Amino acid sequence: MKRREFLKTSLMFVSGASVSLGALEFFDVREVLAAHPEVRWGFLVDTYKCVGCGFCVKACKTENEIPFEANVTRTWVERYVTLNDGRVLADSPKGARDGFTTSKIDRASEGFEDVPQDEISQAFFVPKLCNQCDNPPCVQVCPVGATYQADDGVVLVDRKWCIGCGYCIMGCPYGARFFNPVTHVADKCNFCYHRITKGLNTACAQACPFGARQVGNLKDPDDPITKILLTQRVGILKDEFGTKPQVLYIGLNKEVR
Amino acid sequence: MVHGELWTIKELFVLPNEYIYWSIQIVMYPYMTGLVAGAFVLSSLYHVFNVESLKNIARFALVFSFALLPVAMMPLMLHLQQPLRGVHVLMTPHFTSAISAFGIVFLGYGFIVAAEIWFVYRTYIVRNIVRLREKVDRSAGETLLLTIHKIIALGAYDLSEKAVAADHKAVRLLATIGIPVACFLHGYAGFIFGSVKANALWMTPLMPVIFICSAIVSGIALCILSYAVFMEIRKMIAKRSQPGPGQIAELRSIEKHEVHSTARYLLLFMTLAITLELLDVIFRGYTAVKSWDIIREVIYNKDFVKIFIFQYGIGNVLPFILLLLPRLSTRRACLACLLVLFGVFMMRWNVVIGGQAFSLTFAGFMEYHMPVIPTSMETFKEGLTGAVSVAITPFILFYFLNKIFPAFIRDEKH
Repeated sequence: MKRREFLKTSLMFVSGASVSLGALEFFDVREVLAAHPEVRWGFLVDTYKCVGCGFCVKACKTENEIPFEANVTRTWVERYVTLNDGRVLADSPKGARDGFTTSKIDRASEGFEDVPQDEISQAFFVPKLCNQCDNPPCVQVCPVGATYQADDGVVLVDRKWCIGCGYCIMGCPYGARFFNPVTHVADKCNFCYHRITKGLNTACAQACPFGARQVGNLKDPDDPITKILLTQRVGILKDEFGTKPQVLYIGLNKEVR
Repeated sequence: MVHGELWTIKELFVLPNEYIYWSIQIVMYPYMTGLVAGAFVLSSLYHVFNVESLKNIARFALVFSFALLPVAMMPLMLHLQQPLRGVHVLMTPHFTSAISAFGIVFLGYGFIVAAEIWFVYRTYIVRNIVRLREKVDRSAGETLLLTIHKIIALGAYDLSEKAVAADHKAVRLLATIGIPVACFLHGYAGFIFGSVKANALWMTPLMPVIFICSAIVSGIALCILSYAVFMEIRKMIAKRSQPGPGQIAELRSIEKHEVHSTARYLLLFMTLAITLELLDVIFRGYTAVKSWDIIREVIYNKDFVKIFIFQYGIGNVLPFILLLLPRLSTRRACLACLLVLFGVFMMRWNVVIGGQAFSLTFAGFMEYHMPVIPTSMETFKEGLTGAVSVAITPFILFYFLNKIFPAFIRDEKH
């Protein structure tokens, strides 16, 4: 081969190879989305408005096909009762699926405790659900990546890929996760992802007669919940774990954990 | 019924989704993994550090750790709600997960042990192939063994001095790499728990170290115990086949020597393990963070018998005294090892079940009532029967492995 010919072919090869290498650089959807963040789903709970009727729990079970009788739930309501002597009692019988119909406090294996009305200094209800954390420990620990976070912040579970090890259940500081008795894989609240992505409300928020629950886009300054967040004092659960929860509470009490 | 509901008893305020999700199989899992790692470390003491007195038990420990190896995964598989998808961990490993990283380390470790056994036994395998080939009246078992040995010999029939020396070099190298990998393996088992920030009892960076130390303790104890038992069986066989008092006396003296010298290493690692475990409890009490109130309630009240009587008393202090007393007999050493094994099992129990004994609300408690009689697949898997099946499997595997890689043959080296 002549030198001139060698240089020519080498040049052609190098330029050709560099073009194909350039073509290999894929277009990453997530990168583009991150550059233009438009949606970050958040949830606002107004504990002053919740009366513990349990409609939200019922609606959630129906909407998301969590067996009605099963003692697991994607959302639940807790009742806190502070007595005059400073004692704090809390319960959530069946996740408050049927609402709180009695003043007796559920103490699990110890039965129901009757609390005299005149000894109660304060009582309130706190609805709970998956916090769709910004730094979700359940996503971190999943050995197969079946639990993942969507770009709009919602943590989802791939039911076809989950191996059912329970690591995510152990990793969640909020007790939001459980094994679905039908699918036998990890389950949890996903903000009714199938609904909110179509512009609908979540089942629980829709069912709430008092507007204690609201879902919205935290990136949208005109969203009603963003407006409340900007103007009112709100709290989050278990801040110390550094999970950065996206469920925010109005009127959060220190007894709630 | 919801998973976990069958065996969980709730007390006071417990969240609706909270159950004892990690049951007896997750107790068995670090326990069995610990035995694997411990047995391997024991065998490496000879191969790497040339502790001559451990020569005989080292070979046994190596084969035994290979028999234990697949069993370490068994409890995990039995525990999975979707066991058929277990392989997903290797297909789509998610590296931020400790379980996933554990799978990789476990596989790597498995290869190391397999390779080491191959190098240790290559000479034996080749000799056996030559011997069996020449034999005219082979039994069916011998033919099968010949076939197996032919396959695993991988065509390496060279028995020249140079080749054998290379084997020895490889064994030492593999054993050397194996020690940190074995510790890493068990460190990861501890990491799986220690990194769960949601669990106040597990969340401590000491967890991996505590797990490594107690793993080595349990592995050594099991090796001493099974070694003594197998030697007893060999003595019985020797007695039956040819009642030569010389051979039995020889076996007895080997056994005594091995048990004695191994027991000293056991004591050393026990001291380390106990110190670290106590340090953890003292540190928690001293710092007394938010969770201490409920953890104290579990440690000093709910689980007092399990922790202080079973784990520390019967499982640590008693065998420690038994091993320290002068004129150690094989029988006493075996009793001590049995207690040590029980103690380490209780330690795993107290960590895994104890860690789930209190609610995330810090206001309620949960108790695990282990299913004893299996009434369904779930109660079989996550109850006593499942745990017992896991515990006996390594011995069954060892029986077959021992046919291929005889753990008790004696030759010039290794």
